Amino acid sequence: MAYGAAIPFLTFEDVSYRMNGRLVLQGVSFALEQGETLVLLGRSGSGKTTALRLVNRLLPPASGKIFLEGQDIATLDPIALRRRIGYVIQDVGLLPHWTIAKNVGLVPRLEGWPAAQVEERVNELLRQVDLPPEEYGLRYPHQLSGGQRQRAGVARALANRSKLLLFDEPFGALDPITRHELQRQFLDLRDRLGIASLFVTHDVSEALQLGTRIGLIEDGKLGELMTPDEFLKSEQVEARRFLDTLPVSPRRPE
Amino acid sequence: MIWRSLLRDIGVLTAEHIFLVGIACLVATVVGVALGIAGTRNPRLRSVSLTVASILQTIPSLALFGFLIPIPIIGGIGMHTAILCLILYALLPVLRNTVVGISEVDAPAREAAVAMGMTGQELLRFVELPLAAPTIMAGIRTAVVTTIGTATIAAVIGGGGLGVLIFRGVASVDTLSILAGAIPAALLAIAADGVLNWVERRIRTGRSGPRV
Ligand SMILES: Nc1ncnc2c1ncn2[C@@H]1O[C@H](COP(=O)(O)OP(=O)(O)OP(=O)(O)O)[C@@H](O)[C@H]1O
Ligand SMILES: [Mg+2]
Repeated sequence: MAYGAAIPFLTFEDVSYRMNGRLVLQGVSFALEQGETLVLLGRSGSGKTTALRLVNRLLPPASGKIFLEGQDIATLDPIALRRRIGYVIQDVGLLPHWTIAKNVGLVPRLEGWPAAQVEERVNELLRQVDLPPEEYGLRYPHQLSGGQRQRAGVARALANRSKLLLFDEPFGALDPITRHELQRQFLDLRDRLGIASLFVTHDVSEALQLGTRIGLIEDGKLGELMTPDEFLKSEQVEARRFLDTLPVSPRRPE
Repeated sequence: MIWRSLLRDIGVLTAEHIFLVGIACLVATVVGVALGIAGTRNPRLRSVSLTVASILQTIPSLALFGFLIPIPIIGGIGMHTAILCLILYALLPVLRNTVVGISEVDAPAREAAVAMGMTGQELLRFVELPLAAPTIMAGIRTAVVTTIGTATIAAVIGGGGLGVLIFRGVASVDTLSILAGAIPAALLAIAADGVLNWVERRIRTGRSGPRV
């Protein structure tokens, strides 16, 4: 891109969304650089999922603009846009009539990759999320545990080597050990490939660990973005409320 | 001698009956599924088509056959009027089950498919139709079984089929003739139900098992 780093990777400009006459998102603005992870932290119903769904045009904003690599997404073809964004939806949403392997290979197949390449990519991803393809590839979603399905959902989102990931509580149903492992892999992947992500979570320690910046959403309004260190020292009421949920006084893991 | 000719009548009329039902259900399936799909994209079309199909089904069949007789081109006496009538009856179960089957597709699965970048066509082909297939198949089964029964009335307007034997029997108080029409019709319905039920179960278990 001609302007190099001058153009942020993903920008929200005063974005609002209205559902049944009620403002679900209000004047949301932020800019995200390549390789950054913006954690959206907020209570249930605060508008986090809605914010993600605006990015891949599952929902149209009532007002405001969203730019991806300098392009107004409203001017892009929604199908092509969605295929270049990896999305882990909150309810996972694997196709029940497809095997895990077929689910994970969905976007590459839609994109017309050769079959052998799809298979190779699927196997690589399944190993990455600790679902060995020999054992899990040919199973159907209902033959997996909730956490295993969630990991398959993560693998599917990574399949097309997207530069932007939308993660809606992707590790919610996992035991702490597996979650920790996937969080580490996530950090590794992000740093290696410079992937930008919007990461939704309720979990403060996850937010502190994964976010390069943290944005609090309260009733559809996004506060100033904070680094994890700033967040820890924040005096904002909602931030304090979240920090108070931590069992011990938090220390940023290195 | 009487038996031989009766048997021949049964054979010919059963074939005719199957033909009537087959054509009617084939057309009803194509139209019903297409209309159902269109209805899931257009709420207005969906409510209008379901309402019309429901109303059609409440008209007593004898009356519907009667209504169509005086109408030029599409109506009149004969097999084509009978088939048209049967199509109108068979439409509702297919249409309704298509709409229900598609709208019952697991919402997160549908959302994920759209979010991953499926086009409307891909969504229909890879997700909605395969997942709705057992429900649609159940609608087709209902349509076929009821049409086999309704088609016996087609004889009234010269549509042929096993109804010919039944009406002949009624007119001449000949129980044998009534049974010669009614029993094959009943057997046909039972057989169709069994076969289509088997197909439906196969589609269902072939892939998903219980929904997640
Ligand atoms: N289809 C819908 N119709 C009406 N209101 C909706 C719909 N979807 C979401 N909402 C409302 O919009 C608001 C924001 O919802 P959203 O799903 O973005 O919340 P969230 O922050 O993701 O919550 P959670 O953490 O529980 O997933 C909520 O008040 C919700 O009730
Ligand atoms: Mg949500």
